[in-house]
Amino acid sequence: MHRDRHAHTERNQGGWIIKMEPGLNHILFISTALFFIGVFGFFTRKNLVTILMSVELVLNSVNLNFIAFNKYLWPNRLDGVFFTVFIIAIAAAEAAVAIAIIINLYRNHQSINVDKAEELKY
Amino acid sequence: MSLSTIIFYLLAALTLLSGLLAVTTRHIFRAAIYLLFSLLFISGIYFWLHYEFIAAVQIIVYVGGIVVLIIFSIFLTHQSGQELPKQKIGRTIFSALAAFCGFMLILLQVYQHEFVSTSEGTMEASIDNIGRQMLGTSDNGYALPFEIVSILLLAAMVGCIVIAMRTPKEIREGGL
Repeated sequence: MHRDRHAHTERNQGGWIIKMEPGLNHILFISTALFFIGVFGFFTRKNLVTILMSVELVLNSVNLNFIAFNKYLWPNRLDGVFFTVFIIAIAAAEAAVAIAIIINLYRNHQSINVDKAEELKY
Repeated sequence: MSLSTIIFYLLAALTLLSGLLAVTTRHIFRAAIYLLFSLLFISGIYFWLHYEFIAAVQIIVYVGGIVVLIIFSIFLTHQSGQELPKQKIGRTIFSALAAFCGFMLILLQVYQHEFVSTSEGTMEASIDNIGRQMLGTSDNGYALPFEIVSILLLAAMVGCIVIAMRTPKEIREGGL
């Protein structure tokens, strides 16, 4: 496959020139910010449901990345779309299992604080 | 500045704002609602990028499925109106510092990296193209991952039932 590697090259001369027209870098900025917002929530929260919410934010930022790369770098393919669809499906399965575990934990301990969830088995 | 640009910045700002509120608010129910809005604005960004199928899937699965599931689990595990306990200030500061440092590190990499795009024409992300390729068995087909994901969903369903199932002893003793 021969790709013209010099066509449509977007380059930031001097590093930090900020263009007003939204492009790949803008979407990457959003997804990076969203990822670390999720990481921040993951660090600070003690409640299992809120931790799950932070994980959903992180997964969404990754989806946004895939779509942006598909749109701006490989517009002739659809791989980013498929990865996003599969990530959404896996996230749904993960959320369902996690919530089943959380509710079961609450039934046994009357609490879903991570500090009190030292023993998941009994 | 065109209208499309303004809409993009509006969507971006609202996404980040509601995401930030979702991880910092101390009312857990409000956190779920802020998460819902964040996911909704992300689907708005997908619409802005002309990926209508992904935007629709995002709304159906995340907003209609996962957030509703999270709200249900909040109702089952919390007294409504109860505030989450306050975090230690040191933990918050160090978490914010770690997240900010990671953010700046990744951003530096992103802005220094030179992305090269292809110029081989475009493939429209229409339902037709997506469906043909997802179920295709040729070189670029995604039939095998599709089947694997369907098995994963089945396994998750069985797993949920097994986890939520109570033993006969528990049912006799009553309880939640």
